[in-house]
Amino acid sequence: MAWGYLAIKPKEYSGVSPRSFVRGIEMAILSFALEPPMTAVRRGLQPLIPALRRFARALVRNSEGADDLVQDTIVRALRGEHLFHGGDLRTWLFTILLNLDRNRRRGLARKPFLAVIEDVDPPGDPVADGSARDIARGLALLPPEQREVLLLVTLEGMSYREAADAQGVPIGTVMSRLSRARTTLREYLDGELPPLRDVSNMGKRP
Amino acid sequence: MIRPGPRDITEEELHAYVDEQLPYDRVCEVQEYLAAHPDDASRVAAWRLQVTKLHERYDHVLHEPLTDRFCVDTIVAGSNAAWKKIAAAAIVAFAIGAGAGWFGRDVSELGRDTDAARALASAAIEAHRMYVAEVRHPIEVRADEAHLVPWLSKRVGQQLKAPDLGAEGLKLMGGRLLPGPNGPTALFMYQNAGGERVTLTTARSPGEGETSFQWRAEDKIGAVAWFERGLAFVVAGPAEQAKLDRVARRVYEAYEIADNAAGK
Repeated sequence: MAWGYLAIKPKEYSGVSPRSFVRGIEMAILSFALEPPMTAVRRGLQPLIPALRRFARALVRNSEGADDLVQDTIVRALRGEHLFHGGDLRTWLFTILLNLDRNRRRGLARKPFLAVIEDVDPPGDPVADGSARDIARGLALLPPEQREVLLLVTLEGMSYREAADAQGVPIGTVMSRLSRARTTLREYLDGELPPLRDVSNMGKRP
Repeated sequence: MIRPGPRDITEEELHAYVDEQLPYDRVCEVQEYLAAHPDDASRVAAWRLQVTKLHERYDHVLHEPLTDRFCVDTIVAGSNAAWKKIAAAAIVAFAIGAGAGWFGRDVSELGRDTDAARALASAAIEAHRMYVAEVRHPIEVRADEAHLVPWLSKRVGQQLKAPDLGAEGLKLMGGRLLPGPNGPTALFMYQNAGGERVTLTTARSPGEGETSFQWRAEDKIGAVAWFERGLAFVVAGPAEQAKLDRVARRVYEAYEIADNAAGK
């Protein structure tokens, strides 16, 4: 299911566009100035990818979208590795991922017709228990910010400080989001909340 | 809510207790408190259960084998190669002058145009899925009606073509107009002798960008997408990349030839 550039290029020749021309010159200069490339991000990134994928899967619910999100995060991190000035790489990567996801959601809101390929319980997912009180469905009830906090803290085991950094909010906000998320989820799992209809279909045309 | 107790345990401390972020010297006090407050103890137990369920539900992802798209070295190698091409091309172009031809330009669009292409391909795959399954009305206007192409061209706002894909064994059935992410979108449907259907979706592209062919597959349906001359193209059909790739090239060539003939 991966995206890839095919070896073929429809056309073999094209004119010079000024923007790309300037960028090319910039990169030519940079490639001399920056050799050898900064590798702290690259070295640290690979071992964190499984965790990013797990987090994205829980955040986005459909595995295709989740993997796209993680891939975009990697590309963005590599492209901006000069912006990483030490500190906690994991927190930095999760910040990128959360921002990309927010952009993605904004995009979906603007272009609802694109929100069509959400598969609720992907057939390949072995652990979907199929019950109406599945934790994944409970997660979907939470506002995104609450879902983010809950997953950062529980699934990812981040400290409250790290979660606050990743979300770019004060710790107090993290605590109140966490509290609300846990309350809602508890009510849902205890059967006090009705299993809502599947919100991922909302973009679909009838 | 927590009743003010003798030991002053806050709600935040209960969360910290569950998340193992409580300072060591408070753990025993919280445990004592919970022993005396069953309501809060059951809340804490419920929160713990949520943590367990989340791990049960999602930890398997950690152990899934990673494909190339998650290999940092591969991604870096890909983008380095792209940048080097561009850097080299820029130097050459700089030396020879702006009249020099220059290729490899848009290989660098790592992520930008591909986002748009990806979105468009998903929409096209969805349309394909919806109308290919349609037995009675897969199309709005049949291929033998002369106004098919002019009508769709007018609605999309650019001269379109329904390329002849006879060489691939595909016969044009007809077309329909769809709402799309970039406005009106034309869908041409083709079918081969075996009843297999392939769709060509065309809309105005979001920008002036041009991309190479991009492949995407979802659930047995494959799509080749590209942007060219202000239009976005998606060829969708059964997920056989080589086959759809050939179809895409035919479509590409059909537009190319028409443009050359028009003297562009």
